[in-house]
Amino acid sequence: MPIDVTMPALSPTMEKGTLARWLVRPGDQVRAGDVIAEIETDKATMEVEAAEDGEVLELLVPEGTEEVPVNAVIARLRGAGEAGAPAGDQPPGEAPRAPPAGRDGAEAPPPAAGAARAEPAPGKGAAPSPQEIPAASPAAGLHALLAAPARQETGAPGQPPARRPASPLARRLARLRGVDLTALRGTGPHGRIVAADVEAAARAHASSAPAGIRKEAVEAAPPSPVALEAGPPEIGPPFETVRLSTMRKTIARRLTESKATVPHYYLRIDVRLDALMALRSELNRVLEGRGIRISVNDMLVKALAAALLRVPDANASFAGDHIRRYGRADISVAVAVPGGLVTPVVRDAAAKPLSVIATEMRDLVQRAREGKLRPEDYQGGTASLSNLGMYGIRDFAAVINPPEGMILAVGAAEKRPVVADDAVAVAHMMTATGSFDHRAIDGAVGAELMAAFREIVEAPLVMLA
Amino acid sequence: MSDRFDLVIIGAGPGGYVAAIRAAQLGLSVAVVERERLGGICLNWGCIPTKALLRAAEVKHALAHAEDFGLTAGAVGVDLPAVVARSRRVADQLHAGVRHLLARNRVTVIEGEAVLEDAGVVRAGDRRLFGRDVILATGARARELAHLRADGSRIWTYRHALVPEVLPSRLLVIGAGAIGVEFASFYADLGAEVMLAEMEDRILPAEDEEISAFLTGCFARRGIIVRTGVRVEALAADAAGVTATIAGEEVRVSHAIIAIGIAPNSAGLGLEALGVALDRGHVRTDPFGRTNVAGLWAIGDVTGPPWLAHKASHEGIIAAEAIAGLSGVHSLARDGIPSCVYARPQVASVGLSEAAARAAGHAVRIGRFPLVGNGKAIALGEPEGLVKTVFDAETGALLGAHMAGPEVTEMIQGFVIARQCEATEAELMAAVFPHPTVSEAMHESVLDAFGRVLHR
Repeated sequence: MPIDVTMPALSPTMEKGTLARWLVRPGDQVRAGDVIAEIETDKATMEVEAAEDGEVLELLVPEGTEEVPVNAVIARLRGAGEAGAPAGDQPPGEAPRAPPAGRDGAEAPPPAAGAARAEPAPGKGAAPSPQEIPAASPAAGLHALLAAPARQETGAPGQPPARRPASPLARRLARLRGVDLTALRGTGPHGRIVAADVEAAARAHASSAPAGIRKEAVEAAPPSPVALEAGPPEIGPPFETVRLSTMRKTIARRLTESKATVPHYYLRIDVRLDALMALRSELNRVLEGRGIRISVNDMLVKALAAALLRVPDANASFAGDHIRRYGRADISVAVAVPGGLVTPVVRDAAAKPLSVIATEMRDLVQRAREGKLRPEDYQGGTASLSNLGMYGIRDFAAVINPPEGMILAVGAAEKRPVVADDAVAVAHMMTATGSFDHRAIDGAVGAELMAAFREIVEAPLVMLA
Repeated sequence: MSDRFDLVIIGAGPGGYVAAIRAAQLGLSVAVVERERLGGICLNWGCIPTKALLRAAEVKHALAHAEDFGLTAGAVGVDLPAVVARSRRVADQLHAGVRHLLARNRVTVIEGEAVLEDAGVVRAGDRRLFGRDVILATGARARELAHLRADGSRIWTYRHALVPEVLPSRLLVIGAGAIGVEFASFYADLGAEVMLAEMEDRILPAEDEEISAFLTGCFARRGIIVRTGVRVEALAADAAGVTATIAGEEVRVSHAIIAIGIAPNSAGLGLEALGVALDRGHVRTDPFGRTNVAGLWAIGDVTGPPWLAHKASHEGIIAAEAIAGLSGVHSLARDGIPSCVYARPQVASVGLSEAAARAAGHAVRIGRFPLVGNGKAIALGEPEGLVKTVFDAETGALLGAHMAGPEVTEMIQGFVIARQCEATEAELMAAVFPHPTVSEAMHESVLDAFGRVLHR
């Protein structure tokens, strides 16, 4: 019996969503927890995970289909070890299927015979159309080539066949340590995976996965040309192989996609901060008794949101065949966490009092560092703010966080000489750089937004009005 | 002739000449400087001529036991000069072979003592060679101590022991590493009374303890006196013989062989002036042979233990390939280097001893199979031997293999290949070992480690 994969409800209120992207294609082997598709709702893009191990039989909903009802069947899997797998693939007498694995792949039982996962197909990330005939694709051909000898190589019964050439010891270690061979790069002869590769992956696995982050082996990131060509240097300084966390894979995939597909342009503006800093001091004095401290960043979050509402054409994102113009400014704030970064969202920041933003930010940052953010905490902003001022960075340009249309990168507040009334004076200044998606926001609109942002920051009382 | 080369190699031993051939194969112009004889110690004064001598001892042993096989051979005499002459002929033949190989690969051979004048500049006699890269492959020599010095007549190093003019009647061998054990075995077979003295608590201290104990038993049965945990405190030769003070007690012998290890040939090469990093005389390198001086490489004995020809050759190949910019060059896995001792019985091993495996934190499974259970060994009349295997109990990785017995030095490569291919016990059990061979004992040892031994 094939396993139906249905359209998930990403929130209690969700009724339908857009199937944004398939990350697998028919013939791919997936394991419970592998990300197989991206679903978009009006608010968020979410990843759909396979609930069970198996092979992708068919994708029933083409990419980009909108208004797919919740619970509609979107794909079918063949369960691991089910009939229909090539003869001889499964040693007789073996348990037909591993029980549904937990989210933590490391603790998952060894994959049963049919569950060996396909190597990430070259070009898989580049939006493969489901209509493609898998057998005709070079990737599928490669799989076939790799799969055949691997099965024969398996001497002893009970050893899972792997699709990657791997030494017997490497295979056994992978099983013992819960390492997914298909995610490894072999350093042995002809790219064979050797025991040292598995040990390195197991070590990296143990040390790099941040708390609360799922430690499984999805190769969600599209193999970038760089990664494919570079490989590990055979000669050179000693190095350590650091396994990709899910977060790192998501960062790699989304930001590569952003830089490769979103036409960025950048607008830079200097903003005088004296008024904002004075207001902040005053507010913090007032709020002292309530234990709330407003940061400059909290005020910039609100200022950006207010500016976006003032220039609604800039509060927009490109959505393929249309532009989505948002009726509210939800600001994603980049927060560095161990092993990467996350962007929790301050919803409707323009409407919230600064004290509320400060309280929310403190909570979001803390939970981000603890890995306790819920998807609704970080999904679905309309624009982002990234601040590296605390590192003394004067200015920088950030990568747009898709599908958002812009990100504002702010540098350090510092005293600089400025010309005021034809005289040189000292002022607190900050440089802000907006990165814009030209498909959604034209240069003049972006410039308007930057000007509005400056106006609000330099006359911050308007935020209290 | 141009004195500019892509690669200049100092020393034409098994490290240097192999590196030269490999580099030439890869299209580099190569010069090799040798102060003595092509082929180095290994070929001229080590591995090869000793094997030729040991073969003579083996044949003598077989003839002496001819009646065990129903044969009559009469008394077997030893014509020592003839035995030595054969050993030299073997060395000469191989020496000529190396010369031929280098010529065929268009490697320029320069005879003379080499000194590094600067990075990439080698002075060899009156010639000055410029190498884009330079490999030091100068090897090592017998270590001597202030109170243990060879005189060449009654107190020998391996070099004198290879070309004896007389057969020692009573021989003291100081040091029970591979060299000491081989000479003890050889001279005992030729009829000398042999005492083997070792500072450590067992002979072949680098081998697995069980193998040391096994060999000690074999030597004792052959009448070799083995004394371990003792220091030779003094050694004095006179016209009639040698007086050695061992653990406070005087021992009188006719000859002594000093085999207390070897010392690297790193002095007088100009390394200090270049600032080459040394570690107790050994040139320090990265896993590919690079020293801390750009363009200067080192391989083989001069870089440290294990002092083995096959290690030097492998390092030479790796360095040559790295210099040629070949992709996919892997460093040498030290624990995959086999060790062979050509005593009677032979000893061979690869990987970790049982004690080392336990010390490294492995839970181990040990397999043992004595050759008395092996049909071929019994038919050969050499049922003395043991195959011991050490597995990781969790992963089934073959951590080490240790063998003593006939031709185990030829068989060890089975385990070397298994380790290189990262076989587990499953593959070793599934492999078919031909019958009748001594190698079946390898299979049985693996089976024994997992409680499945058949012939015991």
